[in-house]
Amino acid sequence: MPPDPSAAPLTLFEKVWRTHVVTPETEETPAVLYVDMHLVHEVTSPQAFAELDARGLKVRRPDKTYATLDHSTPTLPPDENGERPYVTAEAKAQVAALERNCAAHGVTLAGWDSADRGIVHVMGPELGLTHPGSLIVCGDSHTATHGAFGALAFGIGTSEVGHVLATQCLLQRKPKTLRVNIINSLQSGVSAKDMALSVIAALGFGGGTGFVIEYAGEAVRALDMEGRMTLCNMTIETGARAGMVAPDQTTIAWLRVRRHAPQGTAFEAKAAEWLNLVSDEGAVFDKEIHLDAATMAPMATWGTTPDMSAPIGAPTPTPRSQADERALTYMRFEPGGQARDHTVDIVFVGSCTNGRISDLRAAAALLRGRKIKEGVRMLVAPGSEAVRREAEAEGLDRIFTEAGAEWRLPGCSMCIAMNGDVVPPGALAVSTSNRNFEGRQGKGARTILASPASAAAAAVAGYLVDPRTLTEAAHV
Amino acid sequence: MSEPFRALTSRTIVLPQESIDTDQIIPARFLTTTSRDGLGAKAFFDWRYDITGAPKPEFALNIVDPTEHRILVAGANFGCGSSREHAPWALADYGFRAVISTSIADIFTSNALKNGLLPIEVDAETHAALLERPGYKITIDLERCELRFANLAPVSFRVEPFARRCLLDGVDTLGWLLDRSAAIAAYEHKRGLGT
Repeated sequence: MPPDPSAAPLTLFEKVWRTHVVTPETEETPAVLYVDMHLVHEVTSPQAFAELDARGLKVRRPDKTYATLDHSTPTLPPDENGERPYVTAEAKAQVAALERNCAAHGVTLAGWDSADRGIVHVMGPELGLTHPGSLIVCGDSHTATHGAFGALAFGIGTSEVGHVLATQCLLQRKPKTLRVNIINSLQSGVSAKDMALSVIAALGFGGGTGFVIEYAGEAVRALDMEGRMTLCNMTIETGARAGMVAPDQTTIAWLRVRRHAPQGTAFEAKAAEWLNLVSDEGAVFDKEIHLDAATMAPMATWGTTPDMSAPIGAPTPTPRSQADERALTYMRFEPGGQARDHTVDIVFVGSCTNGRISDLRAAAALLRGRKIKEGVRMLVAPGSEAVRREAEAEGLDRIFTEAGAEWRLPGCSMCIAMNGDVVPPGALAVSTSNRNFEGRQGKGARTILASPASAAAAAVAGYLVDPRTLTEAAHV
Repeated sequence: MSEPFRALTSRTIVLPQESIDTDQIIPARFLTTTSRDGLGAKAFFDWRYDITGAPKPEFALNIVDPTEHRILVAGANFGCGSSREHAPWALADYGFRAVISTSIADIFTSNALKNGLLPIEVDAETHAALLERPGYKITIDLERCELRFANLAPVSFRVEPFARRCLLDGVDTLGWLLDRSAAIAAYEHKRGLGT
């Protein structure tokens, strides 16, 4: 008798993949997968809606489509005439296009007047739209964020946005699986962002290409949902399109109070189902790596890809490749250089990586009763209207502004710098965002990626400093 | 759907840097467009133009005639970063029909194939030979999945079979998916998702 294939141990990924197969993969054709939730924003959708309109097609499932405004939106308030300070007329027209497209196709839009509006990957989970075991896509590479709930979530291009709008389906080849096991616990003062940067450094930039990652181990289990989102968010920086964490009681507790989660007894039934979404004992992964959280420290990047990182306080490394040399030249860093030699001009706290309430609390904790260094400009952009309300209710906004930082409206802001929030040419920025590519935050901008606590500490010191030295000083 | 792609003979432009990300291919400040046209002028904008907007005379894309250099040879991990389809739109609009590297990012590959821009992964030895020969003439034969050169042995490559068929025959992917409507409705019914 051949073994029963249904009894073979399965990975979390495999379990989620299987339930979404409309037609299976063959040699000639990829699988057709069904999408449970399609998130949409203004930048990667107009050409897709135009394609539908040109063909006379409707959005197949507006009830499974949810849109927001985040990338091109100004983070400064409207003027006295109610005019928003868009960076260009084109940016304004792009926002208007999404408003028009959503109205025409019956898609819910968290627009300017919505209390739900936020960065797509902050808003989705916070509304409870992100469910374990679901398949979620968005025309945005940081869709991996939603994998924190045990969803299979990945970024797609605009042509595929059109496919999903029109058919709720997507053509996909099955990726390979990679488990990242992280044992032990993070030291106090070391965050999920530091863990994410450590994982990327271990895998290498592009080291995850072709894989879906499952993050496992006691250090991952110990993360709260926001930490798991930060970790999964940066999965794409390894080249892997999706990162997942198996749902557990932490996941259930987060979802229980969310508006778009099932309610009442339906929730309890779902929760029991969700808790089965774990990789079975003995499930085989195509690749596995093991990392130790106890050895992780607050990290910062020194180069122009997110894997070029080192613990804060380590001297700038000696280049090992042409890519390293090019990166150091662009960053104007010398091998062996010390952080205090590099004066920071700008600090940015926000983004889909680190724009959640716990991130703002971490930054505010460092800034409480302190002033940011003269000459440093600090900008804080909450990840959503809900985060903004919560932060203001807690008085975090006042901590930021009293320290000398700017408290902005929610949006992607300076992470992608397409709304007018730009790092000037040559300026050195410490940013809680996800990409330190050349020019990512503005032409000629030099970006250091770090955690919210490390960014706030840099704002106070004027250069990169291990945030634990400031928190310890505060206790003396 | 772009024109079918069967074979192409053209010269290369070489950008040897590793991990050329989509922010280099098309900087984010140009993503406020609602069109997919005209982005070729913005391709590699910050590498092509200095801070005053003047073309950098030494940069490869400013030197050659794009109509005769339709193949981009680039360093490993090409197209990493964001999911923006504006990257292949910009490259295709500039004139490129193919990108050759040792590794090409997943989302970029998927996007490129939908825009008549063929991503080709080759072995390190072939790649090294191509990096050394900017302006080299290559024939890309998609029917046979083979690269042919004047002075080097032919090299075979792999393209995902469905994407290859779409390119060769001009299959409209969205149309193909729309033809699966019955299967999609049956799936929705089975899972009790309503319609």
